[in-house]
Amino acid sequence: MELFWYIVLMTMLAVYVILDGYDFGAGIVHLFFSKTEQDKKAITNAIGPFWDANEVWLIASGGVLFFAFPTLYASSFSGFYLPLMMILWLLIFRAIGLELRGQVHNKMWEAVWDKAFGISSLLLALFFGVALGNVVRGVNLGGVVDGVSTHEAHYFFLPLWNPSFSPHSEELGVIDWFTLLLGIISVVALTIHGANWIIYKTNSDLNEKLKTVVFNLNIALVALVIISVTIWHIIEPNPFHNFIKTPMLWIFPLIMLTGLFGTFKVKSFKKHGIGFLFSSLFLLGGLTSTVASIFPKVLPSTNNINPDLTLYNVAAHEYGLNIGIYWFAIAVVLVAAYMFIQYKVFSGKMDDVGYGEH
Amino acid sequence: MEDMLFYDRMQFAFTITFHYLFPQLTMGLSLLIVYFKWKFLRTHIDKYNDAAKFWMKIFALNFAMGVVTGIPMEFQFGTNWAKFSELTGGIIGQTLAMEGMFSFFLESSFLGLFLFGEKLLGHKLHFLTGFLVFLGSWASGYLIIATHSWMQYPVGYEVLENGKFVLNNFGALFSNPWLLPSYLHNQAASMVTSSFVVAAIGAFYILNNKHHEFGKLFVKTGVIFGLISSLLVAFPTGDLAAKNVVKHQPVTFAAMEGIFHTEDGGSEIVLIGQPNIREKKLDNKIAVPNILSFLTYQDWNAEIKGLDQFDPDVYPTNIPGLYYAYHIMVGLGTIFIGLMLLATLQLFRKKLYTTKWILWAIVFMLPFPYIANTTGWYTAELGRQPWLVYNLLRTSEGASPTVSSGNTLFTLLGFIGLYLLLGLLFLMLAGKIINKGPELEKHA
Repeated sequence: MELFWYIVLMTMLAVYVILDGYDFGAGIVHLFFSKTEQDKKAITNAIGPFWDANEVWLIASGGVLFFAFPTLYASSFSGFYLPLMMILWLLIFRAIGLELRGQVHNKMWEAVWDKAFGISSLLLALFFGVALGNVVRGVNLGGVVDGVSTHEAHYFFLPLWNPSFSPHSEELGVIDWFTLLLGIISVVALTIHGANWIIYKTNSDLNEKLKTVVFNLNIALVALVIISVTIWHIIEPNPFHNFIKTPMLWIFPLIMLTGLFGTFKVKSFKKHGIGFLFSSLFLLGGLTSTVASIFPKVLPSTNNINPDLTLYNVAAHEYGLNIGIYWFAIAVVLVAAYMFIQYKVFSGKMDDVGYGEH
Repeated sequence: MEDMLFYDRMQFAFTITFHYLFPQLTMGLSLLIVYFKWKFLRTHIDKYNDAAKFWMKIFALNFAMGVVTGIPMEFQFGTNWAKFSELTGGIIGQTLAMEGMFSFFLESSFLGLFLFGEKLLGHKLHFLTGFLVFLGSWASGYLIIATHSWMQYPVGYEVLENGKFVLNNFGALFSNPWLLPSYLHNQAASMVTSSFVVAAIGAFYILNNKHHEFGKLFVKTGVIFGLISSLLVAFPTGDLAAKNVVKHQPVTFAAMEGIFHTEDGGSEIVLIGQPNIREKKLDNKIAVPNILSFLTYQDWNAEIKGLDQFDPDVYPTNIPGLYYAYHIMVGLGTIFIGLMLLATLQLFRKKLYTTKWILWAIVFMLPFPYIANTTGWYTAELGRQPWLVYNLLRTSEGASPTVSSGNTLFTLLGFIGLYLLLGLLFLMLAGKIINKGPELEKHA
């Protein structure tokens, strides 16, 4: 039962990353590559009817995490207190940037909210990558000082960074060189993803330029992935042990590589949307590979005193998990139906659809 | 430790107070929008469709504010109240996760369709999307109140040796005797807010001599819905909710009503008075004998337990705060009924649109439903203190063990700054939409 909810949660998170990922990517593209008013409009139109619903996947995932794995929820949310608050504020900032920009036609007003939207998208992409890095690296669970646990075994608190910036120091911080690397990978990958979405959804003049951007960034992404996999063993002595034990799991890195190399053909795709498909595969494969490498841990402990958090020791009680399946099954069907309707109504190129200004 | 608890509580109180300004409007407004759109489908008079579209703009702005200020609420359970989340997550996580899955997806998907899809969908489907938005927002309220009700009156649970609450009866969460009265009371109250807002903007238009036709429509609709909902808030929903408090939290009821001592031969109802904690009495009070006993038990001489019957250890933490919150809510509710009765009377005498003083009163009444709703929420929450889960888990036992008071203070200040900015932007934009009015819609 724990495993079922774990798979549900990871699936929801993957959906969230793919969906809100293109929103963040669009924001980064908006920040760096949109020069004219027309470009900007194309970009915000491409995510206009979707981003709100995409963000619901984060809230819903949070809800499922809370109900199915309350100990993990409590431990990680209080432990990563400061970064989560920053993420929260960035989400708010980004949302108001998007909502407010079009409300007043004034150069300065528009410039301010454009930047708010772009910069918060960039920082969110970075922070989500950093968050993944933290989960992989593990934390000082229980807050061990001099061999003595200072809190209950699963509670901890991380400051934003430590002075040595190293993932091996006694006092860990949220940002160190390892987690930052994953943050940068996340920014590059989501920029590609967002650009692919814009190419898919609009007839913007920007599209040809974006294809070049995607191609170039993909080279960088390949390099970054190689670096990160190479240095992974510095963090985790034996990063592939799960894959060696269960060779089935190689499917996840394979999905990632398919996405990664498929994206290189961006300039020759005949049908729009193929590029987006490939970058989705990369995100899906990357996320699942990372998760599979630490399975069944959900938050490793960096000290030898307190045990790792695994999906089994953080889950809620049996009865609640069992009964949850019933309402969840109904809800998933409904959500799939809503998404189908939503993407059906707003299918095709955005510029061709005459929806009102918002 | 005490500092930390204080900042945690302030942060939650501040963020939820600000947050709830928006859903209380959108829940009621969604019903009014469905009403306008339905009127249009029946009559094909354009003004109803324009009215629905105009209020949808206000709705969308409020909804966006509700969403962005709602996400911090979910986060805070984990960040600031980790211990509480860990112990009760298996139960209240259930209803909160259902809220995400059942209502947020519904609302956000169909709000997009309602806002962008009128031309694509045609009027009937457009009405349907509006109806689904309404359904989503009311379902959201239901699941939040279900969560809240469990904290007020826990049901369907058992406590494990390690202190964790686990669910053993899913159905009990939704047949909780606390739930239905609270939910209906809350929804009626949000109808009050939206009706008053609609009426106030209508009155503003009439008094300013602009968008005259819409002014009349809004005032009429707002006043009729306002009268019905403000009556419903008091009776039966408010009455039933209060009876729940009497039955399940008698010490809270004593503090709400300011009864320090049990009285023989029936309790008086206090209209005005100031609780004096040190001397255990109400100062400067004006009261009517025996009414409270009658309202509570339908018996003029029924005994109502005063605070003296309880252990001070379980007294609500802030008795004056609770007393004032409750009395402000009830007092304002009474004023709402009075004003709306007068306005309805004038409406039927066909004099409402020219009775300037009533129109002015309606305009100036605009902030007060918000105050009434907020103090109502405070009544429920302060009434539950010092407990997070009534009689089972104290608030002091629910906070995050590893987060220091400095961090909580820092983020509290951050929220205050951010929400101040949000509030200003909201007022500016809402003002802009209202000023522009619905008539220009057609040419846009």
